Amino acid sequence: MEYILDPWPWFIAGPLIALVLFIMLYFGKSFGFSSNLRHLCTIGGAGKVSDFFDYDWRTKKWSLLFLLGTVGGAFIASKYLMKNHIVDINPKTALALEELNIKSGIDSYVPAEIFDTAHIGSAKVLAILIIGGILIGFGTRWAGGCTSGHAITGLSNLQIPSLIATIGFFIGGLIMTHFLLPIIF
Amino acid sequence: MKAAKFLLTGIFFGIVLTKSQVISWFRIYEMFRFESFHMYGIIGSAVVLGAIMIQIIKRKKLQSTEGTPIEVPDKEKGFIKNIGGGILFGLGWALVGACPGPLFALLGAGYWMILIVIISAVFGTFLYGLLRNHLPH
Repeated sequence: MEYILDPWPWFIAGPLIALVLFIMLYFGKSFGFSSNLRHLCTIGGAGKVSDFFDYDWRTKKWSLLFLLGTVGGAFIASKYLMKNHIVDINPKTALALEELNIKSGIDSYVPAEIFDTAHIGSAKVLAILIIGGILIGFGTRWAGGCTSGHAITGLSNLQIPSLIATIGFFIGGLIMTHFLLPIIF
Repeated sequence: MKAAKFLLTGIFFGIVLTKSQVISWFRIYEMFRFESFHMYGIIGSAVVLGAIMIQIIKRKKLQSTEGTPIEVPDKEKGFIKNIGGGILFGLGWALVGACPGPLFALLGAGYWMILIVIISAVFGTFLYGLLRNHLPH
């Protein structure tokens, strides 16, 4: 039981994600999560203003069901399969966060400084969440995929475009982590 | 049943993401500081196993449950779109500490503020749809 309740190590999680990729391919589909953001636009009627969203979203029901499942699976895991939400990060990382006035080692997967609902009225927090979301939605669609579609499926399929995109993910991530976060916090 | 199998696969994926802390902002920050092997181990082992799997699928010409040969579609070529879109996404990934799958997993795990990010991400995709004809690819 401890094995289930403790956080899962990389050598369990990585192979299980590869298994998800295999299952989706075996079902005759692809494994890519960010397409769902496009389907959600289409459901909302975005096809009226851009032909990019002009398709029958019902043909993508399988993908949206996968999304619903992901929400449900996370609910099950966090409610029944975990003792707490403490993330045991490298002490060096914790120290760097301290300098940004972000508390780590708390019983939460995310920093309270950004994600505590008490901050919903803070312009700074709202700006972080909204700008972050727009960058994710815009960037993944421009690049044609996210971590699942490019970094995992694309690299596994030896796709050069995915290698370029993944390098891009890291350029952006490194700039944010090392140069922008210290300015923001 | 046809629908249920995707729901179940999604549930499995959501459990794996949550149990391995892939959906944690702290893990992403740690990854971009190169201070832990955890995330690299997960993505790396998934890619190595995935690559072996796809080679086997192609060589053995395995069939899907639909009765058609399994195909893994090629990704669209284009340097600007892949690097440009990649960088923008990377900036957002490191800022809110989640990529699209984990965004929705965090919602399931009860982190309600992530809804603001999800709505903004849908809006970001909508913006791309509006501007795509003016963007280099």
